[in-house]
Amino acid sequence: MTDKDIKKRIAISKFWDYTFMTIGVLSTLIGFSVLFALMSDLFVNGMSRFTYTFISSYPSRFPEEAGILSPLVGTTLIMLVTAFVSIPLGVGAGIYLEEYAKKNWLTNIIEINITNLAGVPSIIYGLLALGLFVYYFEFGQSILTGGLALALLILPMIIMATREAIRAIPKHIREASYALGATKWQTVRDHIIPYSMGGILTGVIMGLSRAIGETAPIITIGALTFIAFLPTSPVSTEFPYINFNWLFDPFTVMPIQVFNWVSRPQAAFHQNAAAAGIILLAMTLVMNGIAIYIRYRFRKRIKW
Amino acid sequence: MVEERLKAEVRDLNFYYGSVKALKDINLSIAEKKVTALIGPSGCGKTTYLRCFNRMHDLYPHNRYEGEIILNPDGLNIIGPDIDPIEVRMRISMVFQRPNPFPKSIYENVAYGPRVRGVRKRSDLDERVEKSLRGAALWDEVKDRLHDLAFNLSGGQQQRLCIARALATDPEILLFDEPTSALDPIATAKVEELILELKEEVTILIVTHNMQQAARVSDYTAFMYIGELIEFDKTDKVFTVPSQKLTEDYITGRFG
Repeated sequence: MTDKDIKKRIAISKFWDYTFMTIGVLSTLIGFSVLFALMSDLFVNGMSRFTYTFISSYPSRFPEEAGILSPLVGTTLIMLVTAFVSIPLGVGAGIYLEEYAKKNWLTNIIEINITNLAGVPSIIYGLLALGLFVYYFEFGQSILTGGLALALLILPMIIMATREAIRAIPKHIREASYALGATKWQTVRDHIIPYSMGGILTGVIMGLSRAIGETAPIITIGALTFIAFLPTSPVSTEFPYINFNWLFDPFTVMPIQVFNWVSRPQAAFHQNAAAAGIILLAMTLVMNGIAIYIRYRFRKRIKW
Repeated sequence: MVEERLKAEVRDLNFYYGSVKALKDINLSIAEKKVTALIGPSGCGKTTYLRCFNRMHDLYPHNRYEGEIILNPDGLNIIGPDIDPIEVRMRISMVFQRPNPFPKSIYENVAYGPRVRGVRKRSDLDERVEKSLRGAALWDEVKDRLHDLAFNLSGGQQQRLCIARALATDPEILLFDEPTSALDPIATAKVEELILELKEEVTILIVTHNMQQAARVSDYTAFMYIGELIEFDKTDKVFTVPSQKLTEDYITGRFG
């Protein structure tokens, strides 16, 4: 090859290099600008309604008096139930499958099914919850039912995140523990769980931030779209001071409230929807931020 | 062949990874408070053999032992099917090929073995940690930062920490699986020196692919080839007048 040939070859290769880079930049820009447009639209529409009274008031027929107190409380309580149920079940199952279960055809089938469950449309979980929790167990259209439905929905995510996190622990660390005479449980308790905590918590929070925005299963179980009261307070002045009656109270959640307001004709309600949307978005962003922070904190301590 | 008291006797040991036979009819005596080196080309089964001694193979499915490894003085058959691997690992400790400290503090790394054995009192733990770190010639380097992360130590220090961690369990046999293959020459020299000191207290079995290392640290040497024990004798004999042609070819570098 002569000098000229080499230069020509490089020029052709560089051309494709630039072409691909341009395509990449364009794709990034399109995604980013759509997101930016959405967010700014939300802010422009909703900012005027963004006051303290908006958070502290119940929904109302009058758009300027309406607030998001009940859906905000509803979402918080639902998340509490969801976290309380899905974390121990998901993490427990993940640890069992990864550390204890023998690798055979049965665990293979379970593994495939869990992966598939993660892809099942959320409305199917709503149908399941309707049949199982509302009609069979007669929990009603309550916070408990909603929380359980969302817990089922994110359970596969948490199981998979737990397994991923455990699998990231190198074999030689596990062997070091066993070689010192540790039992399986000691190894799990002292090593597996602490070292995979970052990954597990990240998965848990990602799951919860997905659950917080879910509308379909909540609508399916028949949550009300208009709630102008709060659930029973969990603490009271009389013995036994703590009660769980709130679990069986009806509720509404943020996405349903947003949906409700958007579907009204008055423009003022649309502003409310935008403002509530901002709050929902902020909640998700904060949760994702926590997940990133946790991952960073745990990664810093552990390098294999 | 072995004049000292025997710490362990391996009798007709066969080992299978699933249907693959990795060790074939191995018979070997391990002298008490001596260093026995296992040498041989890659894939000859020396690590597989070493890992029989603390039942590491039990951690993975489809592995199977045949034969006996008798641990003296009580005559426990280490690989007996009714013997709990944890009991074996309580008595026989291991140092791995690459330093593998836990992502915990230096102190917690060493204290883990005693903790597993039910030592709870702080003063007892402190004492064992210090003794083990001194035993591994690491105490002076880390005594002021026992609660630092073990990962902040250099590779050589990490490996000595792993030795301290193994020592803290008061092992009857200490297994070394190519303990210096990831270390630089200076760190390697320190670990070798340590092995020579440790044999006053404990029986040592070391796998190495470095023949000079085997010659320097060991009293007995076993040469393995494709799952078989070819030759076993006093180290100076194996390296000067090997009885087998294969051994001679290997130690003179004709293959390996």
